[in-house]
Amino acid sequence: MTRFAEGARIAQSSYHIESIDSDSTKMILQMGPQHPSTHGVLRIEVELDGEIVKGLRPHVGYLHRCAEKLGERGRYTHAIPHTDRLDYLAAMTQNLAVCEAIESLLKLEIPLRVKILRVLLCELQRIASHQVWLGTHMLDLGAITPFWYCFEDRDMIQDLFEEASGARLTYSYIRVGGFCNPPPPRFYDWVRELLERMPKRIDMYEALLTKNPILIERLRGVGKISGKDAIAYGLSGPVLRASGVEWDLRVTEPYAAYDLIVPRIMTREEGDCYARYLVRFDEMRESLRLCGIALDMLREADGSWTAENDLVVPPPKEDIYNDMAAMIRHWIIGIRGFKVPPGEVYRAVETPRGELGVFLVSDGSENPYRIHYRSPCFVSLGALEKMAYGGFFSDLVAIIGSLDVVLGEIDR
Amino acid sequence: MVLTLLKSLMLVGVLLGCVAYAVLVERRVVARIQTRMGPNRVGFGILSTLPIIGRLFGFLRYWKFSGLGQPIADGIKLFLKEDIEPANAYRWPYRLAPIISILPVVMGFAVIPFGPDIELLGRNVKLHVASLRLDILYLLALGSLGTYGVILAGWSSNSKYSLLGSLRATAQLISYELPLGLALLSAVIYTKTISLGEAVEFQLANGWLIFSQPLAFLIVAVAALAEANRSPFDLPEAESELVAGYFTEYSGMRMALFFLGEYMHLFLAGSLITALFLGGWSVPFFGAAPWWLGVISFCVKVGAFLFICMWTRSTLPRLRYDHLMHFSWKGLIPLAAINLVATAVWAALL
Repeated sequence: MTRFAEGARIAQSSYHIESIDSDSTKMILQMGPQHPSTHGVLRIEVELDGEIVKGLRPHVGYLHRCAEKLGERGRYTHAIPHTDRLDYLAAMTQNLAVCEAIESLLKLEIPLRVKILRVLLCELQRIASHQVWLGTHMLDLGAITPFWYCFEDRDMIQDLFEEASGARLTYSYIRVGGFCNPPPPRFYDWVRELLERMPKRIDMYEALLTKNPILIERLRGVGKISGKDAIAYGLSGPVLRASGVEWDLRVTEPYAAYDLIVPRIMTREEGDCYARYLVRFDEMRESLRLCGIALDMLREADGSWTAENDLVVPPPKEDIYNDMAAMIRHWIIGIRGFKVPPGEVYRAVETPRGELGVFLVSDGSENPYRIHYRSPCFVSLGALEKMAYGGFFSDLVAIIGSLDVVLGEIDR
Repeated sequence: MVLTLLKSLMLVGVLLGCVAYAVLVERRVVARIQTRMGPNRVGFGILSTLPIIGRLFGFLRYWKFSGLGQPIADGIKLFLKEDIEPANAYRWPYRLAPIISILPVVMGFAVIPFGPDIELLGRNVKLHVASLRLDILYLLALGSLGTYGVILAGWSSNSKYSLLGSLRATAQLISYELPLGLALLSAVIYTKTISLGEAVEFQLANGWLIFSQPLAFLIVAVAALAEANRSPFDLPEAESELVAGYFTEYSGMRMALFFLGEYMHLFLAGSLITALFLGGWSVPFFGAAPWWLGVISFCVKVGAFLFICMWTRSTLPRLRYDHLMHFSWKGLIPLAAINLVATAVWAALL
């Protein structure tokens, strides 16, 4: 046998049956990175005894794109587009997280109108993200149809965001001190239309799925984690709330206008996949309510669409084209950036998946000294073994789906 | 002899055509349920690329026939695909498995009566290939043989996903053969015949069996779905868990053989249910129907069964392995047994 062929054989050995240890009944199965239900490029080394999971090791890093380092290399504003690509299903909340961090280092005063619109956008984003979760989760469980209906709804929200920002996936709409441009007047009517349509759609999903006996059998009692364990593992978001812990950063540490628009914390006691499923449905309904409130407040609010700081916030587009001083300001902010006072800050927002934290260190220059993102999915992947141990292999797929992992955010 | 040969050739030809178009119908139906369009682009324009006579078909390039050319295009694609064998596969079992899995299914159609006897050129022609008179027993025997193809495919591919898939499939096929057999047995006791043709005659006289044996019908329908590896019992090939189950490593025409086998299995199940429970070729509200109307009625009933299968597939999530076993051993088998005993007592008392 040539050396090459031997190498190929060794490389294959972990995949083929011959590698089963003859003394043990365990089989090591490489699930991923190109497995249909690992939500991207997650690789899990599963130890199987028949169909029972006897241990697993998640391997991450297949989607590592140096988002943190790239953010440190550019100016402060250049970090924003990279955050779009972390959790590509909830880009708006990622934008908000990094902007909140920069703004708090700058001690920037944000107008109320901006804050309210940010809440509206983030809640819409939460609905859109949960729709993708629902579709893919059901796809993992073998129900193929909800996927298309969910994406239809998500498309409506994407239409909205496209109307505002021009992009359908990577918005970069929220900027330091405001937005890249104020939303067009049509935007509000579209939101109103969406808010009328969406509750019916959510009822439809519930009618089809929530009481389905097969679905309940697949989810109830699967992937259990107690509230205490969930806290110990550092879980956050719907996964933590499904274990009965009342923790929602929008309420416990309000940011943007969440001190005015207060959400109810949706919790369940069971801590299993079905509880997570129900919590996410409750959250969608709650988000719709918040969107309604935010829309009403936005109608009444007026004032500036940007923070009052000429060194940080670029002037409006008309001024850039018509006023030389404004154009120079635009150039300077775009190319040279702005200096941020030295210091460090940790700002966390409640993304659809949990606590996304941004740790930012400034040395007083135009470039961030260090950016670190605390990813909720990365942490919840750590608790995967705890949840899946002793269960069936098909449960593992259900649990991954119920954690709603997005690999872009895990690998960063 | 010649007639039997002709009949079997016709049967296989029509069957292959039906399966190819059933795939298209399924894709279109499921697409409609999922608010998509489905394949609607491929017509018969490829005929216009033929040498010389192609000009005659030039006009076909502009007609799409709502995707009716799709099965032909798919077939050509599958034939031309590279046939990959894993380096570590056990070669001959690996090559034989698809054939073994499709053979019993095709053989099963030999005993399906598609219509009443007809007079053709002064001869009495039966509309089924083999007059076996042991039809149901024969079908059950062939159903057990189908397991071998799956086991061989999973084991000889030498891949873990295939192995897991074939283990699941084996357990599932064996578990669901029992309720299937028990439920068929109660139908046999009720009709006092083991031949499908005579069962249809019985129903022509006494009404459809679905009304007198509803429980047996339900059990057979569910078990047939499981036997054919159809959703929600498609665990052996659960693509979100086992990639493609026992035929993960297969490609090209060999994979297509598995697909064909599975589809034909569904056809076979539909035909069996139609003949045994839905009155076969009898036409409702139409006493003595001409034979061609009977054949059409048979096809419509099988089509209705297939449509319900497609509907189920696009609606329900997949069962878990242990729930599947519980459902069979703790649900279907006791029910089928009770039904069998009740039917037997009823038959004895009468």
